[in-house]
Amino acid sequence: MPLGIGIVLLGLWQWWVTAMEIPKYIVPSPVLVAETLVSDWGLLSTSLFITLKVTFFAFAASVVVGTLIAFLFVQSRLLELSLFPYAILLQVTPIVAIAPLIIIWVKHQDIALTLCATIVAIFPVISNTTLGLRSVDRGLLNLFQMYGATRLQTLLRLRIPSALPYFFGGLRISSGLSLIGAVVAEFVAGTGGAGAGLAYQILVSGFQLNIPRLFAALFLITATGVVLFLVMVLLSRLALGNWHESELSEAT
Amino acid sequence: MTHEAIIEVMGASKSYPDGTQALAPVDLTVRAREFVTLLGPSGCGKSTLLKLVAGLLAPSAGSVRLRAQSLEAAGAARGAGLAFVFQEATLMPWRRVRANVRLPLDLAAVPRGEADSGVDEALALVGLSGFEKHFPRQLSGGMQMRASIARALVGKPHLLLMDEPFGALDEITRGRLDADLLQLWRSRALTILFVTHSIYEAVFLSTRVVVMGARPGRIVGEFTIDEPYPRGEQFRVSPKFLACCQKLSQALAEASGQGGEARPSVAAAS
Repeated sequence: MPLGIGIVLLGLWQWWVTAMEIPKYIVPSPVLVAETLVSDWGLLSTSLFITLKVTFFAFAASVVVGTLIAFLFVQSRLLELSLFPYAILLQVTPIVAIAPLIIIWVKHQDIALTLCATIVAIFPVISNTTLGLRSVDRGLLNLFQMYGATRLQTLLRLRIPSALPYFFGGLRISSGLSLIGAVVAEFVAGTGGAGAGLAYQILVSGFQLNIPRLFAALFLITATGVVLFLVMVLLSRLALGNWHESELSEAT
Repeated sequence: MTHEAIIEVMGASKSYPDGTQALAPVDLTVRAREFVTLLGPSGCGKSTLLKLVAGLLAPSAGSVRLRAQSLEAAGAARGAGLAFVFQEATLMPWRRVRANVRLPLDLAAVPRGEADSGVDEALALVGLSGFEKHFPRQLSGGMQMRASIARALVGKPHLLLMDEPFGALDEITRGRLDADLLQLWRSRALTILFVTHSIYEAVFLSTRVVVMGARPGRIVGEFTIDEPYPRGEQFRVSPKFLACCQKLSQALAEASGQGGEARPSVAAAS
């Protein structure tokens, strides 16, 4: 169904551009974008790789660090209450405002970009995982207590599985945010003249009025976002498919 | 029939910091192989008393002893030979029936092979053989409760504590499970402390019924049900059964009269 709608929209787009004879430097036709994608593939694929690298490292960092912080928060209410406001502070400050600072302070550009993207993507992981680790069924907790389970046993056998649905919810949001963070950080760096990722290509193509290439780069970013989301959905289904309400079909 | 005291509750009470007294000081002795039911309306402290015996709650005063040992000395539940069945089946939805039933053994680090054969045995006892690979959501309410009971039995306990285990089930399933429970009780030489608000269930199952009243939670009477086992469906319609139910109804009504609550209607008692 979505595919069908997409094809119809593409068709309309193609028709509109051709019929209205819109110049390619304002709105290129889908056919032209596709051609540019092929012809400029060398350049675009390298940029894609660079953006992907930042996205993946930022996502990995968000998941690892975010989960660790969530565990810490669950161990100590005091720690959570002390640090949570700062996490929120970091979350609500727009990255476009912080990014220039970070790029100046951190010499190595890749690390700077990854740091920016991590800041954007980490919060959902922290808040969702903390919520998940705390949302354990009371009855099961009593059961574990009754059978003399150690804290480690309770963590591994009860808290973590209980937290998984929330964790994956956080991952879904965070994966998209990693990409957004990477792109925004690249934009900020790009206006300073440095960079090589897809966002940089968009900037440069804009300056050069190479609109077809701009569209092509944009398309690649969007496609990456979609693929990331689908990967998260797949992971979610693998981990939760057997048992969680969110993954079960209506019929069961 | 042995007469060893399995549970001794001596003046145990439970109050909460905000001043609510869930249970006034009570004394209770349960001997080996008895089937004792705590019967009372909501708020009479019967679940609280059960949890005190289980060690899930600590008494504010008084003490609880299991087999003449204090609860601390008795250690974790399996060591104490004790198992608890909750009102909800309380199964882990992310694991299959086998892993759920095996949980107490896994927590006690019992080797997998030994644990699995224990699980098979327990499932056979409750009539769930063949359902090991199912997930809890694939089972009906009654089957989930059976799985929960299997989990309670897998550690080979000698004492079973049950907190309104069949309360959430329909009448027919409940009747079936009542009969199966009696069968288990006799064949496994268990001692059972059972909580319910159903007079019929209390009379059908128990050797002795302890009637409790609310506000404050307290014991108001004890009644022996003098009917030999095995008890079949014909017991449920016998004159003796009705007489017992009436006695219990009356005790409950008197208790709630003293407590200043609305009287529970005898006809509605179930």
